Amino acid sequence: MRHTKVVTLEEAILKSGLKDGMTISFHHHFRGGDKVVNLVVAKLAEMGFKNLHLAASSLSDVHAPLIDHIKSGVITKISTSGLRGELANEISHGLMKEPVVFRSHGGRGSAIASGELHIDVAFLGASSCDELGNASGCPRSENAKSICGSLGYALPDAKYADHVVVLTDDLVAYPNVPKSISACDVESVVVVDSVGDSSKISSGAIRDSKNPRDILLAKQAAKVIINSGYFKEGFSIQTGTGGASLAAVKYIRESMIEKGIHASFALGGITAHMVKLHEEGLIGRLIDVQSFDKVAAESIAKDQLHQEVSAVEYASADHVGSAVHALDIVILSALEVDVDFNVNVLVGSDGIIRGAIGGHPDTAEDSALSIIVCPLLRGRIPCVVPKVTTLITPGKGVDVVVTEYGIAVNPARPEIAERLKAAGLKVVDIHDLAAKARSIIGEPDALPFGDKVVGIVMDRHGKVLDEIHNIVD
Amino acid sequence: MEIKNAVAGTLESGDIMVQIAPGEGLQVELQSSVAAQFGRQIKAVITETLQGLGIDNASVKATDKGALDCTIRARVTAAAVRATGKDVWKD
Repeated sequence: MRHTKVVTLEEAILKSGLKDGMTISFHHHFRGGDKVVNLVVAKLAEMGFKNLHLAASSLSDVHAPLIDHIKSGVITKISTSGLRGELANEISHGLMKEPVVFRSHGGRGSAIASGELHIDVAFLGASSCDELGNASGCPRSENAKSICGSLGYALPDAKYADHVVVLTDDLVAYPNVPKSISACDVESVVVVDSVGDSSKISSGAIRDSKNPRDILLAKQAAKVIINSGYFKEGFSIQTGTGGASLAAVKYIRESMIEKGIHASFALGGITAHMVKLHEEGLIGRLIDVQSFDKVAAESIAKDQLHQEVSAVEYASADHVGSAVHALDIVILSALEVDVDFNVNVLVGSDGIIRGAIGGHPDTAEDSALSIIVCPLLRGRIPCVVPKVTTLITPGKGVDVVVTEYGIAVNPARPEIAERLKAAGLKVVDIHDLAAKARSIIGEPDALPFGDKVVGIVMDRHGKVLDEIHNIVD
Repeated sequence: MEIKNAVAGTLESGDIMVQIAPGEGLQVELQSSVAAQFGRQIKAVITETLQGLGIDNASVKATDKGALDCTIRARVTAAAVRATGKDVWKD
């Protein structure tokens, strides 16, 4: 090779021209197994950087070491889709001076593309990369250590950041094709011991449930889909990460086979369930912004019809060509739904941040039919409430709520309510569900919120939707 | 009524572990995953259940994982039966 971009992490940072106060970005394709954020921020701290804005596509439990970097002033601002674990707990209690800015995946893509979220230096982990920076989430040699599949959330960063550093734990011979990130967008390549632990990708939100209540909810959700009027040849579908919404795919599959119906595509976070249906010929194409497990990551590496898309192509509200505009049905989970069908997937009923917006508002708003699946109660915590703790997905985009106590249909969609009733499903008023929850758990005391704003929720169009206040113990 | 140390319940989600020990008056120490919203109600249910069983002097430690009131009453009653040796279900 006459030219190489391979340098040490420190050299890459110096070469990037990064200065105090600038914005650095990361993707979260390794989810709970991510090693890039902690590695890079520790190096930045060691080099004496201060006042940085960390703009990640999402953050999880594994990023608790950021707490110390926030306390020492290395990181003073965060933008993300979600927060979990100790970092989320500390931030909810007022760790940061500036509120965290939360965006959906589509909203983040739009904000990066429009320049509203300007990235100075992107640090992007890749499962394979050549010396010039052609990078992929797929394994390309027998030395491959970590596989994440789609790099969809990293692609806007690679395209729009002023300076791009790819970190990889498998430097392969040029040309590393097919590529996700182009060498033309990459300034430096850094070889590290590990970019992520692939075995932890399906940790966090994703569970394959054996819980009988989840299975009941999944069966109900499948019945809603089958009788909704949208279950016909060529339909398209996306599922969220909740146990019940993943399990619903199994029951839809049975009906697809029985009725001879095929889906044109499945969208979003792609799971082993979706890969199975695709390989059986039941789903034509997989459009993958994030591979949710090992099976999905392996599929995208070998299957031409399993296509990677960027966050912008997936769910941007600004781009009419984004895939969510062609989506028929989405099944989503929720922490809370209120009587106006508003959904919260970010802040727990204890007022502590414990989730991620993900593609929830993007898919709910643009799909033809959005179905929220959640139990009426989780322990003593109600999931159907008079008013959500934090507004994430406005009710106008939410069509059906499936609980084990009945199915509520948004009054704006009377035709769907009629179809479900005609199919013998138990359609109830959402106010009755909220009242049923209260009758079991009693009237909760108000949460001890303080006056400090710790989080700002942006809607997918770039407007402020809600504020999250600190919680006082 | 004489009270011995006794315990009932588990630390599973949706359950509550209730420990009873001798004490002066009714003292309830609660740790709960839903304390902010339901701590007051949970303490009231524990106190009422014990008083209903004629126990006015005991020290109670409860570790709650989001149990419903019916579960709380059942666990408190079981712990009280073990603490007093008086089988309320039999009587």
